[in-house]
Amino acid sequence: MLSPVIDPEGAPFWRYAAQGELRVQACADCGEPRFPPRPCCPHCQSFAAEWRRMSGHGRIWSYVVPHPPLLPDYAEQAPYNVVLVELAEAPRIRLVGNLVARAGARLDSIPPDRVRIGAKVRVVFTDDGVPQWVYG
Amino acid sequence: MEVRKVMAGLKDATAIVGIGRTAFAKHLPEDERTLACRAVLAALDDAGISPGEVDALASYTMEETDEVELAKAVGFGDLSFFSKVGYGGGGSCATVAHLAAAIAAGQATVGVAWRSRKRGSGPRPWTNTAVQLPTPGQWTRPFGLLRPADEIAMLTRRYMHEYGATRDHLFNVALACRNRANQNPAAMMYDRPLTREMYMTSRWISEPLCLYDNCLETDGALACVVVSRERARDCRQRPVYVHSAAQGLPAQHHGMVNYWNDDPLTGPAWTAARHLWKHADFTPQDVDVAQIYDAFTPLILLSLEGYGFCGRGEGGAFTEGGALEIGGRLPLNTAGGGLSEAYVHGFNLITEGVRQLRGSSTAQVPGAATCLVTAGEGVPTSALLLRS
Ligand SMILES: [Zn+2]
Repeated sequence: MLSPVIDPEGAPFWRYAAQGELRVQACADCGEPRFPPRPCCPHCQSFAAEWRRMSGHGRIWSYVVPHPPLLPDYAEQAPYNVVLVELAEAPRIRLVGNLVARAGARLDSIPPDRVRIGAKVRVVFTDDGVPQWVYG
Repeated sequence: MEVRKVMAGLKDATAIVGIGRTAFAKHLPEDERTLACRAVLAALDDAGISPGEVDALASYTMEETDEVELAKAVGFGDLSFFSKVGYGGGGSCATVAHLAAAIAAGQATVGVAWRSRKRGSGPRPWTNTAVQLPTPGQWTRPFGLLRPADEIAMLTRRYMHEYGATRDHLFNVALACRNRANQNPAAMMYDRPLTREMYMTSRWISEPLCLYDNCLETDGALACVVVSRERARDCRQRPVYVHSAAQGLPAQHHGMVNYWNDDPLTGPAWTAARHLWKHADFTPQDVDVAQIYDAFTPLILLSLEGYGFCGRGEGGAFTEGGALEIGGRLPLNTAGGGLSEAYVHGFNLITEGVRQLRGSSTAQVPGAATCLVTAGEGVPTSALLLRS
């Protein structure tokens, strides 16, 4: 499986995820959340940022079901779902992830025909600090 | 000349006077540089212009044959303008736009744009996991969103959910392109008809996209020659004027993973279209034939909306009743497009637009006098309005 290739701007996201917290970058001056993280705020041009904790609740905005040809680790689990989750507190922020049966489960642990746009999901984390999503 | 000086910028100031290409195939024996030289020399020969007169070049940042190699191989003169445009297939029409701007501004006189690519023989770009993406892959790739097809399928599923578009609408796009390829002996799919049965039972690539929603993998090269409208009158071929040209990078856009703004289903097409139509003497209703970038079938539905042929959410319904076929409301990709002629980052859409306005397409739209050509939707894009 591909590990996140973490850049300096994304590092806090993964540091918090390793602690079991879902946080997104937000402007420390005007308060506007933004994703992916970047050096300054597109609304007020402030360079002051904070990492705001999210409830971890959201809804599935869309999803795909990839089939081979894929990289070997992914082909072995295909077909699997990739979901785009709209965060409850920040609807413009939609995180790419996988809907799984429980934390740490395989990408194909939920049958593709059980994935629905609009379904309520909540975040869980693997032992490696990668966010995943479960129903609820 | 006084009249020209007060006229608006680019409008009809330049023309495409030569087009050239190599064969298209899954595997061609020659390397990309050789294919580039062949396409460029074919385009200059078509125009009746000698290589020594070329003083401007434009291509894609992904083009592997650089200006130095090309210029010394084919014998260009001194170059005074050269540019490269980013974002893969989003740069196709911008190559012509940059040459048109340079020539209209007096920076050059004879421009050549080209693309040479052995995508059929080479590796699939997404298999190189070391390459850095415009939006960092840390947010998508660990979760198995690996390929452009996966990224666009995500927007496609939402589009179908919001607007009731169906796989039959996507099939209408694939079929129109394939039908035109079946009329074009140069097309990779010339002798391969497509049926609804084949489409609906084909293998998935990334649901909701199946095999026939994805473009071809092609070895090939193409080129075109741009000169001023005055010079165009002396060339071998009937000039095809660059009537309007635009690039488009919308505010808060994220490329093919355009997931983090208010409205992910409006993309660069909308931005390019606003500029394109603002500088045009005609409207979408006056377009006789369209060459719309088709790396994936859903890009056509989005582009039909973005360029103003229908309203939001109406892209699917627009394709019904043979609208994209010859004789329909908007004949589409009349050489077969990236889906069925060749996928060379959209350059074959430019050359087919020129053929339509010369009256020499293998699927000629009778009396075609205006053509829209677009570059990749879902990435920072570009577009041209051509007229005869
Ligand atoms: Zn701010």
